[in-house]
Amino acid sequence: MKTRVRMAPMNLLRILALAAVVPVAHAQITAPDALVKSITEEVVTVLKQDKEIQAGNPKKVAELIETKILPHFNFTRMTRIAMARNWRLASPEQQKVLTTEFQTLLVRTYSTALSNFRDQQIDYKPLRARPEDTDVTVKTEVRQPGSPQPVGIDYEMEKTPQGWKVYDVKVGGVSLVTTYRETFASEVRSKGVDGLIKSLAEKNRQGGQAKSGKT
Amino acid sequence: MGNRVRKAKPVCAALLLAGALAGCATWGDNPRDPLEPLNRAMFSFNDTIDEAVTKPVARGYRAVLPGFVRSGVSNFFSNVEDVWICINDLLQGKFQRGLDDFGRVLFNSTFGIAGVFDFASDVGLPKNNEDFGQTLGWWGVGSGSYLVLPILGPSTVRDGLAFLVDTQADFVWRIDDVSSRNTAVGVRFVGRRAELLDATSIIEQAALDKYTFVREAWLQRRRSLVYDGYPPREKDDEDSR
Repeated sequence: MKTRVRMAPMNLLRILALAAVVPVAHAQITAPDALVKSITEEVVTVLKQDKEIQAGNPKKVAELIETKILPHFNFTRMTRIAMARNWRLASPEQQKVLTTEFQTLLVRTYSTALSNFRDQQIDYKPLRARPEDTDVTVKTEVRQPGSPQPVGIDYEMEKTPQGWKVYDVKVGGVSLVTTYRETFASEVRSKGVDGLIKSLAEKNRQGGQAKSGKT
Repeated sequence: MGNRVRKAKPVCAALLLAGALAGCATWGDNPRDPLEPLNRAMFSFNDTIDEAVTKPVARGYRAVLPGFVRSGVSNFFSNVEDVWICINDLLQGKFQRGLDDFGRVLFNSTFGIAGVFDFASDVGLPKNNEDFGQTLGWWGVGSGSYLVLPILGPSTVRDGLAFLVDTQADFVWRIDDVSSRNTAVGVRFVGRRAELLDATSIIEQAALDKYTFVREAWLQRRRSLVYDGYPPREKDDEDSR
């Protein structure tokens, strides 16, 4: 009897804790198109205000990407897609290193693109998906001042327990991820998985030295 | 006219030869790029010219001319091009888009002062991207081997041949006075290169092997354009994991 009395508040606490967490977790799965829009707007606002980023300060750009954008990407899946068949040739450790190096390369590329951002106008296209879909494409279009041709930027997204994650970005129909497939495959063919890791690391090292977002 | 046809002949022959070579010889690892060694040589030739001449001129163009002048120039050529885009819409049976593009030409040629302003984009008639290569692709003609053309850069056998048709239909190439024609072609080329300066700096940052990166990106881009931005999904290797 005594124990039961002591247990009750514990259980109650647990239930309360659960009750507090569960609905929040559900409510926080933002719709994929809404997510893309809110992140983009947030990043664009920072880009337009921050003088250091406009001047091409790579550290500030990297910081912006790491805090605002990275959490919404699934880099393991991106690396797996880029590796295609060769993913299975890599050991779990190699897979981990590959993912890290590829992530660094993609982030560098992304920061070059962001520091070139000026007065582009972004349009969000209506989402073509059913509510139960777990894999969707969010389409946006960027109009550059001085160029009549808009450029499409599509985000391929998957639903995970942690919310929607981007696993590919297509710029003008060109996939950021599959474009690397042939390069990765030929590197693995000639130098093995370790050879590819080395090439990626080398590329990242060079990029780190020379990059300042200038054209 | 006769002069142009005569000039087109050797190009045509070269393309057909390339196509024939592509049919029998496979030198590269990639089945879509059997002419890889030739293409790589042409790619690095183009790259050298770009670094030495085109890119510096394009940088100068961008540095010297204010943005509104550059966009005026770009819009002017874009408007001329819209006529051919409209015809290609119709050739593909896309009548609504054809009508839209006809509207663009009408609107921009008048209110946009001979195309210098692209007001049509602002009133809900966005620019479309069509050319004869896409028209052929839309009717099911495969792209054929990847082909790097001198100066013009990445293409395919289909798009290279189609480009000759595009050129015949291009008003800028039809200007009679040779020096005005060359000036117009030159300004358009430099203007386009200037628009791509940011993109090429991104490629420099992104690519492990620039040749392969540009080839893959180009082939995907053309495929996407043929399907107007909605290409069917290809079978994904990743899912065989």
